[in-house]
Amino acid sequence: MSTTHRLQTPLNDEDILKLRAGDVVLLSGVIYSARDAAHKKIMEALDRGEEPPFPIEGAAIYYVGPSPAPPGRPIGSAGPTTSYRMDSYAPRLHALGLKATIGKGKRSEEVKQALREHRAVYLGATGGAGALLSQRIEASRVIAYEDLGPEAVRAMKVKDFPLLVVNDAFGGELYAKPKLDSAG
Amino acid sequence: MREVKASDIAAAVARMCVSANTRLPEDVRRKLEECHSRETGAAKEIFRQLLENADLALETRLPLCQDTGLAVFFVELGEDVKIIGGGLNEAIEEGMRQGYREGYLRKSSCDPLSRENTGDNSPAVINLDLTPGDHLRIAFMAKGGGAENMSRMTFLAPAQGWEGIKKFVIQRVAEAGPNPCPPTILGIGIGGNFELAPKLAKKALLRKLDDVHPDSKIAEMEKELLAEVNKLGIGPMGLGGETTVLAVKIAVAPCHIASLPLAVNVQCHSARHEEVEL
Repeated sequence: MSTTHRLQTPLNDEDILKLRAGDVVLLSGVIYSARDAAHKKIMEALDRGEEPPFPIEGAAIYYVGPSPAPPGRPIGSAGPTTSYRMDSYAPRLHALGLKATIGKGKRSEEVKQALREHRAVYLGATGGAGALLSQRIEASRVIAYEDLGPEAVRAMKVKDFPLLVVNDAFGGELYAKPKLDSAG
Repeated sequence: MREVKASDIAAAVARMCVSANTRLPEDVRRKLEECHSRETGAAKEIFRQLLENADLALETRLPLCQDTGLAVFFVELGEDVKIIGGGLNEAIEEGMRQGYREGYLRKSSCDPLSRENTGDNSPAVINLDLTPGDHLRIAFMAKGGGAENMSRMTFLAPAQGWEGIKKFVIQRVAEAGPNPCPPTILGIGIGGNFELAPKLAKKALLRKLDDVHPDSKIAEMEKELLAEVNKLGIGPMGLGGETTVLAVKIAVAPCHIASLPLAVNVQCHSARHEEVEL
C-alpha cells in the first residue's frame, strides 16, 4: 500500500529516506524549472567555477517548459517533460546536493546509482496534464537565462504538487517492466 | 476556378491552432472515459486526471499540455482552387504564428545546433497534396516532442513480412516505455520509401480512434497489433495496466521490390488535431 507524504522544500535526507517507489508526494515550497538548454548552461556555469542560478542543496528541479502565462494567471500549462534527456546532467547535480528531480519517463542506471549514493529521489508527474498541474503552482518567476524563453529557469511556488515516487534512494522503481514474452 | 482568400486561410489556421490545443477531440475523450471505467488502481487515477485536465483546459483555455508542439499541417489543395491575396504557405505560417501568440501557446521550435528558439514556433511543417476538384482542406496537428522522439523508421527485409513488422512495433513500444506519455496512438506506415513511409504513419494519426479501416485485411491487422502491444502491460504513464496503446492506425503504399519500409509514429494520449474545409 502506498503512503502519502506532505513534503516542504528544501528537502533533507530524512525526507528522502521516508520515500519508497509508489508513494504519493504532495510537494510544497519553491521548486526550480530547468530542462535541456538550462541544464547545459548550468553545467557551463559550474565548469567556470560559478554558482548555479539557485541553491542546489536540498533543491527539487522540475523538468518543465511551461506555456506562456495568460493574463491573470501565474503560469500557463505546466506538465513534465521527458526526463532521460537530462540523465547526463543529473548525477553531477545530485553530487552537489540536489534532492529531487521531477519529470516523466525512464532514468538511466547512472541516475539511479546517483539517487542511491546521494540520497535523492526521482518523482513522476502526470504527463499531458499540464493544465491541471498548473493549478498547484501559485507563483512563478524567471530567475535565470530569460533568453531561453520556455526553457528559462523559473522559481515556482507550489502547493501540494501531486507526484509519485518513481525511483527511490534504495533502488526501488515504480515503472512496470514491459512483458515482452507475452506480446507477439 | 474557385477563389479562396489567403487572409481567410490565415484566420482559420489561427483559430484551429488555439482550439485544437485546448479542446481534446471527442473520440479521444470518449476513449479515455472508456479506459477510466475499465482500469483500476494507479491506471484509473491517471485517466481521472486526464479527464479532469481536459475539462479544465476547455474551461480555462489553458493548453491541454504545455508542449503545444511543432505545428504540422496536412493540406489537400484542389487543382481548381486559386489562392488570392497571398501564398498558401505564407498564409498557413502567418495563421500559425498568430494562433500560437494570441492563444498563449508554447513556442517549441529551435535551431537544431545552436538550440536558439525561433521565437514564434515557425516554421510550420506543411505537407501539401494536390487533389482534383475545388476543395481546400487543412488538417492541423500539434505534435509534441516527447512522443515524436519515440518514433522510428526502418527498412525490413521483404522476407520479414507481417511478423517482422509486428516484432518491430512491439519492440518500439516496449523500449519507449513510459517516455511518450502512454497510452499512445500508433500511426504505422508500411511501404512507400524513405520519405513516404513516415508521412503515411503521421497522416494515419488524423483518423478517428474508433474508425475501422475500409480494407478489412488492414482492419484485422490493426486489431491484432493493438491486442499484442497492450499485452506489454506498460499502462498509462508506465504505471502498469491494460491500456498502453489506445489505437493502431495503419496506412499502406506500394514499395520497391527490394524493400519493406516501416515507420512508426508515436502519438501521446493528448492527440490534438483538427481540420477545416475552406
